[in-house]
Amino acid sequence: MTKRTEKVLMPLIAVFLGFLLGSIIVISTGRSPVSMFSAMIRAVTGIDLVNGMSFNPRYIGEFIIQSMPIILTGLAFAFASRTGLFSIGAEGQLMVGSLAATAVSLLVVAPAAVHVPLVLLAALLAGALWGGIPGLLKARFNVHEVVVTIMMNYIAFHLNNFTILNVFGSVDRVKTAFFPQSALLKDPMLESLTNGSRLNWGFVPVILALLAFSFIINKTTFGYSLRAVGYNKEAARYAGMKVNRNIILSMMIAGAFAGLAGAVITNGTFNFGRALPASEGYGFDGIAVALVGANEASGILFAGLLFGMLKAAQPLMQSQGIPKEIVGIIQASIVLFVAMQYGIKMILDKLASKKNASAEGGQE
Amino acid sequence: MKATLILEMFPIALMFASPIIIAALGGLFSERSGIVNIALEGIMMVGGFAAASVTVLLEPSTPLAPWIGLLVGIAAGIAMSLLHAFASINLKANQVISGTALNILAGGVTIYLSQIIFHQQRTRSFSNGIQKMTVPGLSKIPLLGKMFFIENYPTFYIAVALVLITWFLVYKTPFGLRMRSCGEHPQAAASMGINVAGMRYIGVLASGALAGLAGGVMVLTADIQYTIMSIHGTGFIALASLVFGRWNPFGVLAAGLFFGFSTALSFYAKDITFLAKLPSEFFYMLPYIFTIVALIFFAGKSVGPKAAGEIYDSGKR
Amino acid sequence: MAYIIEMLNITKDFPGIRANDNITLQVEEHSIHALLGENGAGKSTLMSILFGLYQPDAGKIRIKGKDVRVTDPNVATRLGIGMVHQHFKLVHNFTVTENIILGMEPRKGPIIDIRAAEQKVEAISKLYGLAVDPRAKIEDISVGMQQRVEILKMLYRDAEMLIFDEPTAVLTPQEIHELMHIMRRLVEEGKTILLITHKLKEIKEVADICTVLRRGKVVGTVKVADASEEQMAEMMVGREVSFHVAKGPAQPKEVMLRIENLNVKNNKGVLGVKNLSLEVRKGEVLGLCGIDGNGQTELVQALTGLTRIESGKIFVGDTDITPLSIKARTDLGLGHIPEDRQKHGLVLDFTLSENFVIHNYYEKPYAHWGILNPKAIRENADRLIREFDVRSGQGGDTPARSMSGGNQQKAIVAREIDRSPKVLVVAQPTRGLDVGAIEYIHKRIIAERDNDKAILLVSLELDEILDVSDRIAVIFNGEIVGIVNAKETDENELGLMMAGSLRKNVPPARQSETSASVQGRNA
Repeated sequence: MTKRTEKVLMPLIAVFLGFLLGSIIVISTGRSPVSMFSAMIRAVTGIDLVNGMSFNPRYIGEFIIQSMPIILTGLAFAFASRTGLFSIGAEGQLMVGSLAATAVSLLVVAPAAVHVPLVLLAALLAGALWGGIPGLLKARFNVHEVVVTIMMNYIAFHLNNFTILNVFGSVDRVKTAFFPQSALLKDPMLESLTNGSRLNWGFVPVILALLAFSFIINKTTFGYSLRAVGYNKEAARYAGMKVNRNIILSMMIAGAFAGLAGAVITNGTFNFGRALPASEGYGFDGIAVALVGANEASGILFAGLLFGMLKAAQPLMQSQGIPKEIVGIIQASIVLFVAMQYGIKMILDKLASKKNASAEGGQE
Repeated sequence: MKATLILEMFPIALMFASPIIIAALGGLFSERSGIVNIALEGIMMVGGFAAASVTVLLEPSTPLAPWIGLLVGIAAGIAMSLLHAFASINLKANQVISGTALNILAGGVTIYLSQIIFHQQRTRSFSNGIQKMTVPGLSKIPLLGKMFFIENYPTFYIAVALVLITWFLVYKTPFGLRMRSCGEHPQAAASMGINVAGMRYIGVLASGALAGLAGGVMVLTADIQYTIMSIHGTGFIALASLVFGRWNPFGVLAAGLFFGFSTALSFYAKDITFLAKLPSEFFYMLPYIFTIVALIFFAGKSVGPKAAGEIYDSGKR
Repeated sequence: MAYIIEMLNITKDFPGIRANDNITLQVEEHSIHALLGENGAGKSTLMSILFGLYQPDAGKIRIKGKDVRVTDPNVATRLGIGMVHQHFKLVHNFTVTENIILGMEPRKGPIIDIRAAEQKVEAISKLYGLAVDPRAKIEDISVGMQQRVEILKMLYRDAEMLIFDEPTAVLTPQEIHELMHIMRRLVEEGKTILLITHKLKEIKEVADICTVLRRGKVVGTVKVADASEEQMAEMMVGREVSFHVAKGPAQPKEVMLRIENLNVKNNKGVLGVKNLSLEVRKGEVLGLCGIDGNGQTELVQALTGLTRIESGKIFVGDTDITPLSIKARTDLGLGHIPEDRQKHGLVLDFTLSENFVIHNYYEKPYAHWGILNPKAIRENADRLIREFDVRSGQGGDTPARSMSGGNQQKAIVAREIDRSPKVLVVAQPTRGLDVGAIEYIHKRIIAERDNDKAILLVSLELDEILDVSDRIAVIFNGEIVGIVNAKETDENELGLMMAGSLRKNVPPARQSETSASVQGRNA
């Protein structure tokens, strides 16, 4: 097995096993996997296979908006990962991103051509700042980023709730006032095109982010030094690279991707800032996306669409009597199988070598 | 005035501290054996769900329902941690990724099963969880009696007992020596004939049992039913306590008490004049901020088990 | 004569290679039997089979005349076979006793009886003259002591047959001497020793019988007393070996690297390099020798900018480089071949091409406006591979990880020499390499010297220092305790200086307050 095919094949095996396991659970709790898969197909294509092949493009729109933020948080996890960092912080970076987007939306008065880029920029910078803190602590004090980013997630969560409730004066203890039209990514044209879905221009920054990710990592000298640091920090330092600066920058860029996701949600999917009862798990979705996508832009795009499809199918499943949490179960098991790929590979290799050995034995 | 307020805070602080301490001890076993377990949160959710469900279902037939619930919570935690053990020990999975997967899985499984069993997004509420108790005799001790032995949840005594047991096991017995050697230098352990994989299984399953128990304790003392919010990050605070307590059972006890009190403070802040102005979110944030500060403070001193998180390959010599 | 260990017609295949080919090894009781061979000759595989880590594809093992199957290390332990591993397997924050009893703890009830254990460790330690403190923590004791703990682990388990795997690689000459003494003591007390090594001197000093392996086969078994070092070397390598590097006389010119009153703290926060002054001239190799841990690492890291210095100055030519970054020093003409090639020299997950440009990936022609130029990077790799004879499966696209140690080192040497630095700091350049690669790298270092480069060679191998250097500086406890001409010294003299018991031609410290005090103490 070459390295390249392995890189594509292993996630596919994991996805397959995840769906298999999900189906088994659905069957063993007395539900039908057929309705589960038909819900998924309907979520992507808008076609209802079960009830008379009716077509509704609204589902496609919803599928795309579900994919957008998790592609961005996937890029966030992957970017840090390429520098050898394990950042679980996308959740919190997204939260401060959406908080910054909310602030700029409510406090700045400007025409849309200025307001929207300003909103995106603010979210991006806020995410970068929030991601930069664990980066700085790692670089300066060698504090492990896993624990710090987890802690930062909770701090961001409570900070968001505090600000929404106390500073922006939420009307109903849940959300802020509506944003002005000039700050929104929403467009009636896109909505009517998809039969009233929440589809919005958020996919433009998502595509730009994917391209930027791939370009920085693979084509630039900066990307070269990030990868060197990621593979072997000490060797990079011996070669004179600024390891600490790279760690901070990498965490900041990762944070920027996640912060952008915050703006895409508040100013695209919704049009108000929200106080949350619990975090929504976009950050963890992003980890799943990046792992399945093998930390490559193209892989992240596909994995993001896959998990976006699962999320979009949730209400459809629920209406079919399948508890929508099956999606979380499938997603978790896919991640688990990806994590196990080294072991799965070992098993496959062992089987292959046994086969070879017996073939050789036959020749003698 | 203030003194009575502090005394009043004790039962509630100890209530919050207990699950933190118990789960952190779980983390201690796992990491001391060499496996990082960030799935404490998820395992607590599963344990809490199992304990709450069993309590609801058995309540009509036996007054022991919550205690049976705790036992089932332990079993559920073990089952959950078995996945982590298999993935990270047998299949050499990255332990942080595997833990993350379990955290996602826990949210899915518990609510999925709630829907199947109770036809709603949460378990039904139980009428009686674990009851507070006053320890006869000990409660008469001046001050200490009021702090620890009047109207407290017995789960706190369980937590303290577990701290002592853990300390004894880890530092005094051959088992502890062997387990710690697996977390520090598995190749050395293996060369002395110790079954590294076996020890790590014990470590991870112990963490599952304890985190499962912690989840049950938490739901049956601080809640009236299991919901997706019941654990709300306590597993991560337990993880923080482990770091804060420097992987030592008594350190964990102190850190758990500290975080228990800081949680309790958020409830009592409105009664304390100089704290009343602070928003409750501030108190929610405190444990996390303190943990980061502690990490900076300990920076450079390697205090955790050296091999924790590393994939152990018996072929590597 | 009774054989205690017999390995008969052992064959072991690995994918693509026959590591052991019909090997027969018979070890007499109460003897020291050496197993000699280059890296990759099959010594480790054979011992791993004896110790139960691998199963042989053919052949059998007899212990004390009985056929046995050693299925895992626990079986070996039960048979009385113990192994002192090359890389110690010790838990750093456990005590000596805890490490020794691990897995076989004496108990009082459910509790470890640590006092009884300590007494037993002390008793065994006394019996064999090991002098180890049973209560010390591993991280606080020297490497030589750690090795004794490894030996004690075997003795605690009543091992009769001890395998020593390259035991002297990490030891100082004095420690090696003590180890030889311990080994003889062990044999006197009834043990049998199998010594794996590629160092002839040690075999000559301590072993009774020597079996030589080459490319997985037994070349022969000789009585050490009857064979000369040259004969055994020829058996090992398969051709005549020149022990000395061919080189003309050095023609040193002006001073290129100047170190003045340098003070550097080590990772424990105390001074690892103390008020050190040293000069290296264009066209000479200055060898720096000393016992491991006497400040060499700190000195090299200070020179290359990897660690901060407390005080002092470093000049390359006339430029004071002390305030400069690693990068700036590199650009100025300081080359560095680091001690640990896999950790510090290479990014193992990068391809060979990528590794070759690790210093100048951002410069033309390898990049333009911050964007990489893969074609130029590949062409550079093709050229270096050709010029330096780096063997790699897929040329520049070969992942560095998949290359042999010798070729990895060649790649680093190629990269550093190709940059044509004025000063080249070379640390432990041949550790773990086979004879062929060692010869090649020594030749290259000499060629650079003849090319008018100033070379500082830091090595723990005295032979290497004596062979390659023109002048030799000895470092002890962070200070230079002697500078001698390579031609006018020998191992004994260097050994005395390395142990701190002799001082010779110590360079005068330069104008500073601390230097005055040092001089005062010397006088």
